[in-house]
Amino acid sequence: MESNKISVVVLSDKREQLQMAGMIASVGAVTGNQVLVFLSMNALRYFVKDADEQAPCEGPVGKLMEQKNVPQFKVLFEQAVTLGEAKIHPCSMAMDVLGIEHGGLEKYIGEPMGLTMFLDECKGGQIWSF
Amino acid sequence: MADKRIVDACGSFCPGPLMELIAAIKMVEVGDEIEVLSSDKGSAAEIPQWIKKVGHEFLGSREEAGIWHVNVKRTK
Repeated sequence: MESNKISVVVLSDKREQLQMAGMIASVGAVTGNQVLVFLSMNALRYFVKDADEQAPCEGPVGKLMEQKNVPQFKVLFEQAVTLGEAKIHPCSMAMDVLGIEHGGLEKYIGEPMGLTMFLDECKGGQIWSF
Repeated sequence: MADKRIVDACGSFCPGPLMELIAAIKMVEVGDEIEVLSSDKGSAAEIPQWIKKVGHEFLGSREEAGIWHVNVKRTK
């Protein structure tokens, strides 16, 4: 099976953006690709352990997704790890700015990562940004 | 004779049915068959592509009353 490297940079706090990022991460990972997710900026707070804040919608599709049985974006990211062996890392800068300790994030999130390491890890592969 | 397991993913949208299939395929033995039931047309098209990509055997699909029945055999 052909394997590619897919890196997903997740910055947005909008539901549609987070959903698409989770879809690419999960489907990419279960299809045998090496998936690396980098969580930063306004996206990171949703991955704090037991966070129940709902991501606001950008438009009508986001509202429809709320009404229908679309998988939650956090479930998709977790499945990317548990079913597809993706790696998800929080941005060390965002962790510091938000005052989040590593243990304060969901259990499927890896160690904080800096940009130097992330840029090295994603070299030569696809990079998606949301 | 190999077992056949039904995964009822009706009502779920992409990529939910695919993820339910993948979770199920990890639980069955090589040679077992799974039939995924999906009301999501996009997933009915996506699942055979995933099967082909990862190397399991696609046994066919059919639509009955708005429900797609997608059959796969675990091969590895």
